[in-house]
Amino acid sequence: MELHELTGRELRERIVAGEASAEEATRACLERIAALDERLRAFVSTQPDAALERARAVDAALARGEEPGALCGVPIALKDNLCTRGTPTTCSSRMLEHYVPPYDAAVVERILAAGAVPIGKTNLDEFAMGSSTENSAFATTRNPWDTDRVPGGSSGGSAVAVAAGETPVALGSDTGGSIRQPASFCGVVGLKPTYGRVSRYGLVAFASSLDQIGPLARDVTDAALLLGVVAGHDPRDSTSAPEPVPDYLGQLEAGIEGRRIGLPREFFIDGLDPEVEAAVRRTCDLLADQGAELVDVSLPHSRIDVQDGQLSAYAVAAYYIIATAEASSNLARYDGVHYGHRTDDDVDLIDLYARSREEGFGAEVKRRIILGTYALSSGYYDAYYLKASKVRSLIRRDFDEAFARVDAIACPTAPTPAFRIGEKTDDPLQMYMADVFTISCNLAGIPGLSVPCGVSAAGLPIGLQLLGRPFDELGILQVARACERAAQLPRRLPETR
Amino acid sequence: MDYEIVIGLEAHAHLATKTKLFCGCSTRFGAPPNSQTCPVCTGQPGVLPVMNRTAFDYALKTALALGCSITRDTVIDRKNYYYPDLPKNYQISQLYANLGVDGALDLQFGDHTRRVRIHNVHIEEDAGKLIHPDDTVLPAPQPGDDPVAGRTMVDLNRTGIPLVEIVTQPDMRSVDEARVYMETLAAILRYLGVSECKMQEGDLRFEPSISLRPHGAQAYGDRVEIKNVNSMKAVVRALEYEVRRQTAALEHSETIARETRLWDEAAGRTAPMRSKELAHDYRYFPEPDLVPIHVDDAWIERLRASLPELPAARRQRFVDAYGLPPYDAGVLVDDRALADYFEACVAAGADPKAASNWIMVSALHELNERALTIDQLRDKVSPERLAQLIALVTDGTIAQNTGKDVFAEMVATGSSAAEIIEAKGLRQISDTDELGAIVLGVLRDNPQAAEDLRAGKKKAQGFLMGQVMRATKGKANPKLVAHLIAAKLPEA
Repeated sequence: MELHELTGRELRERIVAGEASAEEATRACLERIAALDERLRAFVSTQPDAALERARAVDAALARGEEPGALCGVPIALKDNLCTRGTPTTCSSRMLEHYVPPYDAAVVERILAAGAVPIGKTNLDEFAMGSSTENSAFATTRNPWDTDRVPGGSSGGSAVAVAAGETPVALGSDTGGSIRQPASFCGVVGLKPTYGRVSRYGLVAFASSLDQIGPLARDVTDAALLLGVVAGHDPRDSTSAPEPVPDYLGQLEAGIEGRRIGLPREFFIDGLDPEVEAAVRRTCDLLADQGAELVDVSLPHSRIDVQDGQLSAYAVAAYYIIATAEASSNLARYDGVHYGHRTDDDVDLIDLYARSREEGFGAEVKRRIILGTYALSSGYYDAYYLKASKVRSLIRRDFDEAFARVDAIACPTAPTPAFRIGEKTDDPLQMYMADVFTISCNLAGIPGLSVPCGVSAAGLPIGLQLLGRPFDELGILQVARACERAAQLPRRLPETR
Repeated sequence: MDYEIVIGLEAHAHLATKTKLFCGCSTRFGAPPNSQTCPVCTGQPGVLPVMNRTAFDYALKTALALGCSITRDTVIDRKNYYYPDLPKNYQISQLYANLGVDGALDLQFGDHTRRVRIHNVHIEEDAGKLIHPDDTVLPAPQPGDDPVAGRTMVDLNRTGIPLVEIVTQPDMRSVDEARVYMETLAAILRYLGVSECKMQEGDLRFEPSISLRPHGAQAYGDRVEIKNVNSMKAVVRALEYEVRRQTAALEHSETIARETRLWDEAAGRTAPMRSKELAHDYRYFPEPDLVPIHVDDAWIERLRASLPELPAARRQRFVDAYGLPPYDAGVLVDDRALADYFEACVAAGADPKAASNWIMVSALHELNERALTIDQLRDKVSPERLAQLIALVTDGTIAQNTGKDVFAEMVATGSSAAEIIEAKGLRQISDTDELGAIVLGVLRDNPQAAEDLRAGKKKAQGFLMGQVMRATKGKANPKLVAHLIAAKLPEA
């Protein structure tokens, strides 16, 4: 097997054993990127010289007999909303096109300390607002399994970099499904940790009470490995939890005998793609074969209504009020004064603000800022923001009650496989519904992951979503590992045309 | 018509912590622009606030000292508005669940007591400074305000400095009451050690509100808020101006506009702020990057136990326990360290009235002359040593005037009074025989003066005293000399 086809764990083993060098591994990924990325556009920027220099440093440290880190020599891609000191961090926005952070995000510090080699920054929907990576100001990333289709979003670039073999692992961020849904569309594993499990310090904020950083990888083992490196308390993030971090990797292979797995009836809706439903149910049956007990559960406030082929859901409505409200405040700092894009055209202060933001932000970002400002405004705060917060509590309570009866919840990650580029861009509200299965998880703050469970007749990946109790990432990783063992999907990279 | 004056005050005080409210940057005043900043307080993408525990405790202590109830689950909120001195374009503050509510401060006047109710005490971060081409610094921002044409420079050193905001109900009924409130509040904050209240450094800022109404009316008149008052004197002058302006307007049956007015110190008047918009909608919502803070009983009790005796109570105690006149008590109590020094001297055995005089005169003199802090003075002249000095004067070992010189020497060298007296031979001559002989000698050497004295001319006494002092190089005990002159006169 070629170096770029190996998983992160396999690569590390080889490097530590001296069978390959970190420099060779990095070169292999850079070559892969050079061959594919003009078409796929997974990366906003790459840092080949810095990466090779770091890889050589890792090799030298190994040669000196230093203890190898958990990600020793493993190339990694970072979503371009994670601050990297000295390297542009654009959030795929004209507003930050030339912004260079003076500091590293906490997760970046941790992966560097573990010996990983950051190769480049990946494309996203602008400021992480989107479900298809079509909202990037620079380029639309393409699904490597069918380049006329979207990779999902907002972490589309990270999902594609991993799926296409450009890097073995990547970090993304998830606010309403932005790791899980692209993982599902691209046939990789993507995990959103419990809110507070991973430090948000250095993640450019979209919705502060919903954002989390998580791993994308080609298998569950790599996801567990990367999660173990980035998880843990950080005093710089007041919402970071003091919970100890278990040994995810070490306990991954524990069987699922006796595990109770809930199937929420509200998610198996009429609008569900039949191939998606079939793949999900088939995989759940395989889990039952391994000793799990399948249980019917209900999440009443996460219900989805279908009318004339259009979906609507309380969870989506509550999310788009809370997330946009927080975003309207978080994005106020982009005003042309201190950093980022500043207009050349201003006549007074208000003009400076208005023009810089008009020029710097794309349409979806503006849409959400306006929506969020409205939801917080005097006279509407109670009716919208407060109300949405109450719905959020009810959604959370549904999960608490369900987890009294089951250990994990299984359902589709997305209602369909990857849709075509341009298919949903005319109807933002329908685009929002792409997240209909992933959103409740963020509102409740619980962990969730997507693991590949099948392929459609057209060759498009289908993902199974697993949701767990707060801080039970280990539990859902174990079930996901069981899915992997059971489904035995062929290990392959897409041929990119 | 005679109108009733109704005044409320909003105060912002810098909390005297070493670092800012949400990051580890220094709060030191006077540093070069933008030298005390970091990604957090400059609002870079991706940063998060972390609450400064000491600042929060200081705010809680302030609330307790002002008699407030402490909110058990206090929430921190975002106040959203755009201005170049506010990098995130929101200020982290409080609205929905202020940390302290419903307190009160009683102000004593000769003929009445005024209870000023405290509506709330809360914590928030300060904004930076805008420096305009003509070097003026504009007050707190209003929407629609533009900086002066030309380049305005932004200094973010002050962003993120912790503030405690104290808001009263409109309970003051005269400008003098407002003045006393401000002084009382500043004294309390200094006593608590939570703020240095140096108004000239912007440590303490006031925003008064004032309205007038006919006596006996229930409803309040239209309220005017005043900004850009940079000293307590300015607050007083601005309020007095407003009383005149509003009275005149009401006499002419004009309505008072409910507005914010800026005080113009040079011109001695207020003028409306140029605000094109209606009241700003700050879209307050709970700060999602911080968690609500649960303040339990143990925490409150710990802080309450650490509260010092506050100025009003201490003044009264000094009058009652030490028999000091209220004026003296006031001077000593005004500075907590000075009052502590005084009490320590008394504890070391000094007579309270004597200690009070020595401190108010000699100690304060030395403090000013040498630009020392009280703690520095105390290092040189400990309370025990001052008490010793006082005793040496009281028992006649040295003269009062000598004592002053000795004190100065003690401050300069850190030696004890006894050491200095021995080294310089400053002992007052109090030996009756020794002094009696000298006095007799002087009387005999100055027969004319002695004659004058016998004849009842008081001036001779002074002259003879002077001669004795010269003969003894100033070391004669004056009281004894006076007595001896009279006693030895018959022998001369």
